[in-house]
Amino acid sequence: MLVLGIESTAHTFGVGIVSDEPRILADARYNYVPKVGGIHPREAAESFISNAPRVLSEALRSAGISIESVDAVAVALGPGLGPCLRIGATVARVLAVYYSKPLVPVNHAVAHIEIGKMLTGARDPLVVYISGGNTVIAALYGGRYRVFGETLDIALGNFMDTLARELGIAPPYVVEGVHALDRCAEGGRYIEMPYVVKGQDTSYSGLLTAALRVYRSGARLEDVCFSAREVAYSSLVEVAERGLSQLGKREILLVGGVAASRYLVEKFEVMARYREVELYVTPPKYAVDNGVMIAWTGLLLYKHGVTVEPERAYVRQRWRLDSVDVYW
Amino acid sequence: MTCTGRVLRVIYLGAEALVAEGEFLGYEAVFKLRLRKPYRVPELDREIIRRRTLTEARLLLALRELGVRVPAVLYVDPVEGLIVMEKVRGRTILSAASSLSRDELCSAMSKVGVELAKMHKGGVAHGDVTTANMVLTDSSDVYLVDLGLAKHAEDLEDLAVDVHLLIRVLESSHYAVKDEMFKCFLGGYREVLGEDLTRAILEKVREIRLRGRYVEERRLRSRTT
Repeated sequence: MLVLGIESTAHTFGVGIVSDEPRILADARYNYVPKVGGIHPREAAESFISNAPRVLSEALRSAGISIESVDAVAVALGPGLGPCLRIGATVARVLAVYYSKPLVPVNHAVAHIEIGKMLTGARDPLVVYISGGNTVIAALYGGRYRVFGETLDIALGNFMDTLARELGIAPPYVVEGVHALDRCAEGGRYIEMPYVVKGQDTSYSGLLTAALRVYRSGARLEDVCFSAREVAYSSLVEVAERGLSQLGKREILLVGGVAASRYLVEKFEVMARYREVELYVTPPKYAVDNGVMIAWTGLLLYKHGVTVEPERAYVRQRWRLDSVDVYW
Repeated sequence: MTCTGRVLRVIYLGAEALVAEGEFLGYEAVFKLRLRKPYRVPELDREIIRRRTLTEARLLLALRELGVRVPAVLYVDPVEGLIVMEKVRGRTILSAASSLSRDELCSAMSKVGVELAKMHKGGVAHGDVTTANMVLTDSSDVYLVDLGLAKHAEDLEDLAVDVHLLIRVLESSHYAVKDEMFKCFLGGYREVLGEDLTRAILEKVREIRLRGRYVEERRLRSRTT
């Protein structure tokens, strides 16, 4: 079985093709990089429009197949930025209708988790999903990924990006796989910052304000970066540890773009070692947004008969992880 | 430790602390030792352990005075992160839930509501309202334990976060009976706190929930306004 998957929830327009062996046959991507500031949804969407045809044909060419031999077309319908989502949805609907292919609706968050599980071999993990838009701790129970804890305000990646931008050290946010905040934290010393854990939830907006205030009152840049990062990462690890303890899981799986931070991974390694649980980290290449994860999850869904009529394939900007049925 | 106590067995390695049973000055006691977290920088770790240990001990004492069912404090060492407290005999609601009848579970949750409301009335937020932190005694009383994240509430929101957390725990760990458990909880809670305050807190809970990521109701609300 061959499934083509389309990702376009935020800054990446990606097309992936997978087979059920499982094998990745194609992974084509276009990344929108803002010149200043953060993602501008309309600009991102416009850049997707001009790059979508090229990315799509590149995927088919590298897989060495024609679109006719694909069994189904999968698309991330949410959660994400509306203007960006609509580009992927439109391309997918056109392909489905024109080539008479079943259309499979995929939740972007579920896809991050499933590609992580497929590539790492994790079986029943506590999932830590960390990206620019999400900070969620979840686990599969009773056919759904139940949210155990999450951020009460901004996502960890959003916190890191905004702080880096306000400190004048980004964009670019990530260079050679290292985030600007991690880079600037080198040689920093700890100064006190607000550490917030509310039960199973984290919160980063107060930390963001505090870090900027400390910086503007004259603290050294590296100390601010170091301290803010330590507090942010540590509170996430603490909440994950609470999840392990409450849910009794023996595996942790890190997914999402921020899972590429090796400093964060180191903290999780330390915790996993003394709690004697297995730590799985999605390879950075597939931890960030990509079409392969949509194709793979689409394949799992299609095997369980999940499809959607093209005229009903609406995008859902706020499609919560815990509202999706998981059949496998 | 120089005081006269001894640890007999470790009963639980929690996310934050090691909990052991033993005896202290002739009482059956629970020893709660906050563990150093090697993933935190030492300065941050020391400060968190010291602050949480002190706060927990102070609040336990204050809540006993208010008549809330929490363990009595016997000894505190904030630098070591140690609290010795009275042992409450019983099972956690997390472990007991599946073996209780519907009525028993409802009655237990209603008592959780009563205890949490007494706590909230006294201006204290528990901070970690999981069913693993509710002990059902052999005489069917409910004790709220592990006040490691408790604090004096600064506003209604801190109290509402407790209720929000409870809902979340019911959704993740008791999803099959979550609605009924919450209804029973609310019965006891409302009884002590009164209709007005309960309603205000529930409204705040809704607000907190809507602040979460990708919440469907938020989209619906923004459409109607």
